[in-house]
Amino acid sequence: MNLVFHIMGKLVNAAALLLAVLVLNFCLIHLAPGDPVQVIAGEMGGASADVVAALRAKYGLDHTLTEQLLTYLKNVASGDFGYSYYFNQPVLGLILQRLPATLYLAFSSLIAAVVVGTMLGVVSARRPNGLLSHGVTVLSLAGYAAPVFWTGLLLLLLFGSAWPILPVSGMANVVDPKTGFAYVLDVLKHLVLPSLTLALVFIAQYSRLARVNMIDVLSADYIRTARAKGIPESVVIVKHALRNMLIPTVTVVGLQFGNLFAGAVLVETVFSWPGMGRLVFDSILRRDYPTLMAVLFFSAVIVIAANIITDIVYRLIDPRIRAGAR
Amino acid sequence: MLSKRSFFLGAVGALIALGAPGLSRAQSTGGTVVIGSTQVPRHFNGAVQSGIATALPSTQIFASPLRYDENWNPKPYLAESWETAKDGLSVTLHLVKNAVFHDGQPVTSADVAFSILTIKANHPFQTMLAAVDKVETPDPYTVVIKLSHPHPALLLAMSPALMPILPKHIYDDGKDIKSNPANLKPIGSGPFKLTEYKQGEYYTLEKFDKFFIKGRPKLDKIVVRLISDPNAMIVSAERGDINIVPFVAGVRDIARLQKAPNLTVTDKGFAAIGPLNWLAFNTKKKPLDDARVRQAIAYAANRDFIVKKLMGGQATASTGPIAPGSPLAEKNVETYKYDVAKANKLLDEAGLKPDGDGVRATMTIDYIPGADEQQRNIAEYLRSQLKKVGLKLEVRAASDFPTWAQRVSNHDFDMTMDTVFNWGDPVIGVDRTYLTSNIRKGIIWSNTQQYSNPKVDELLAKAATETVPEKRKALYSEFQKIVVADAPIYYINQTPYHNAFSKGLAGLPTSIWGIMSPLDELYWATPPKQ
Repeated sequence: MNLVFHIMGKLVNAAALLLAVLVLNFCLIHLAPGDPVQVIAGEMGGASADVVAALRAKYGLDHTLTEQLLTYLKNVASGDFGYSYYFNQPVLGLILQRLPATLYLAFSSLIAAVVVGTMLGVVSARRPNGLLSHGVTVLSLAGYAAPVFWTGLLLLLLFGSAWPILPVSGMANVVDPKTGFAYVLDVLKHLVLPSLTLALVFIAQYSRLARVNMIDVLSADYIRTARAKGIPESVVIVKHALRNMLIPTVTVVGLQFGNLFAGAVLVETVFSWPGMGRLVFDSILRRDYPTLMAVLFFSAVIVIAANIITDIVYRLIDPRIRAGAR
Repeated sequence: MLSKRSFFLGAVGALIALGAPGLSRAQSTGGTVVIGSTQVPRHFNGAVQSGIATALPSTQIFASPLRYDENWNPKPYLAESWETAKDGLSVTLHLVKNAVFHDGQPVTSADVAFSILTIKANHPFQTMLAAVDKVETPDPYTVVIKLSHPHPALLLAMSPALMPILPKHIYDDGKDIKSNPANLKPIGSGPFKLTEYKQGEYYTLEKFDKFFIKGRPKLDKIVVRLISDPNAMIVSAERGDINIVPFVAGVRDIARLQKAPNLTVTDKGFAAIGPLNWLAFNTKKKPLDDARVRQAIAYAANRDFIVKKLMGGQATASTGPIAPGSPLAEKNVETYKYDVAKANKLLDEAGLKPDGDGVRATMTIDYIPGADEQQRNIAEYLRSQLKKVGLKLEVRAASDFPTWAQRVSNHDFDMTMDTVFNWGDPVIGVDRTYLTSNIRKGIIWSNTQQYSNPKVDELLAKAATETVPEKRKALYSEFQKIVVADAPIYYINQTPYHNAFSKGLAGLPTSIWGIMSPLDELYWATPPKQ
């Protein structure tokens, strides 16, 4: 029952936060220099003042900012995210088309990063001063420090050009489309490079985190007790240490979700992954306000949802937090 | 590993090339071509949208009254013949009788009339059809376009890139044509029909079996993949994942594609677009309101160095407002050959005296972000170059295109790098930069230089309606000499657009509109290996 109340409270907070996000996004985007009508009029190569005025009226840009904001909030409340100036389509449709690809990329990278990162961390924690441990440390620092688009370009040149074994752009073979299981394999092949690029950044963080926590946990009294009882080392690690060690990882997963999403946008551009990344890019360049605001809003929804879910998972795996909530 | 592979590919390529003449007859139809494009189309209706992204598919989907060859000659397309009245006040088109839209409806004069009026009312290029008064349709296959004044640019405006013929039975529904859902599911009468569009990912064009030209198109399918990263595009082309990369402008990218053994790289097919890269002056701001200062800057900048060194010889120089590929271009203009002494003399004459630090004046230079080789690098080069004559330049970066456009369109700049297209006829793409009437605050690519010369206005007005080609050419020649002498703009180069094609392809689009014309003649002389 407590958990239900807790979640309800979180949802109320989330709603308030989303409202703030909407207002803040609106203000930030409208404060940026440049004007969508100018971009559209520019393409006309000398539009008249009448045409410019008509465009402004058509998109409601002739009202004051406050009026525009209120209209926008009212529309969003009724599920209307507006009409894209650039793509000439309702924004919601555009986003729903692109969202699955971004989620797919983000989640596959996240899972890869957590699993591989944790494994590397655990392995290197067992001999903190060993060669393997140092190797993992150096690699993780490099992975973390390198800008994600640079890593992407490097992988693109490596596996696309020098050693061309993987597809470098798109989500599936569109010239010779596959069906059934072959399609799944095809998509997985296309997923490797973008997912690896994004995962590399996060593997670094999870392996560092796992290493530090594992070293910490392994020096705890209950581990010494377990070892003293003669329990095999593998059981000690998996059964006794891992669960406790994972709690900080879960927290970080939740906190990292925003970064993951931002990284996905960059990776999508490098590998032409048909998610929201390109949409954001195009709408920024065209000052396509409705599209941009909706993309940011949906990203915020996902990040907030991720945080709430993390919070719940956190409570489920660590009974002490549940007790503390009482 | 790599060298072995390329040797093998090269050997196979050579063998195929040797056998090609025999194969070309065997394999003249069928097959798929994959085009890579960084440009995401808004929609597919070129009647209400300008630009490369829409024109590329629109010219495949929609047929138009005329098409053009490599030498600027109009050729029959939907119109099998046409004539212009003696007084130049009407143009009559005689349509082919066997053209049908992709839904089976015949293409008639009503569709052509509807399309012309729709384009006149909605197309971004307002000057293109401004002279059209009304369109008469005496019978289903005759169209008479009545003009308010002679309009020699009209024939060029009937090109596929500018005048797609829309089906009246679909679009004449009273809805706003710019947001009509049919723009995303277009029905045209062109060689290919759109069969699939995955937003932001790819679109597929399939052969239209009932296309009115017998034996065309030769290909079965064109897939246009939307690739956002130019590096991924180049790698994909080298691998053969993509058969055509259009509009490559980066000089390093061009050089890399030229080295790829499987590709042919050409700069043909951009004559009508006429993309010019230039330095524009705000002629209303001191000290740039003095023509001598602008001329001095032109003399102090070294066009040869820019074209040969900064652009690695990939770009051609341009010296005037009409792109060198146009028959109307005048070569005999002041070229502002590099001359520091002359520049200093002009600046002295203009009264710009050097201060204690040798600085005569300080000014800003802007550039369009995102095209470094054509824009930022030249701006930076000019900064160091103009220092030699005592002009201190501050390079002002803009975070993105709208930020730059805001500054320039509101005349809030001293000098800016810019890229502007000719679009075939001066009336469509050149006049806008120089007409006094087109000084319009808030609109980019209008006369943002605020250049005003009554003689130029008069010449452009006359040339726009002059129907005798020689006289028209003479008027534009005088216009070009005056503008270059007045120097509201220092012309630098043609944007070095190139297209890369897979070696096995034949029937390449090298006409003046290049890839923005129907690809109905394109075929695989040597099919690619799967």
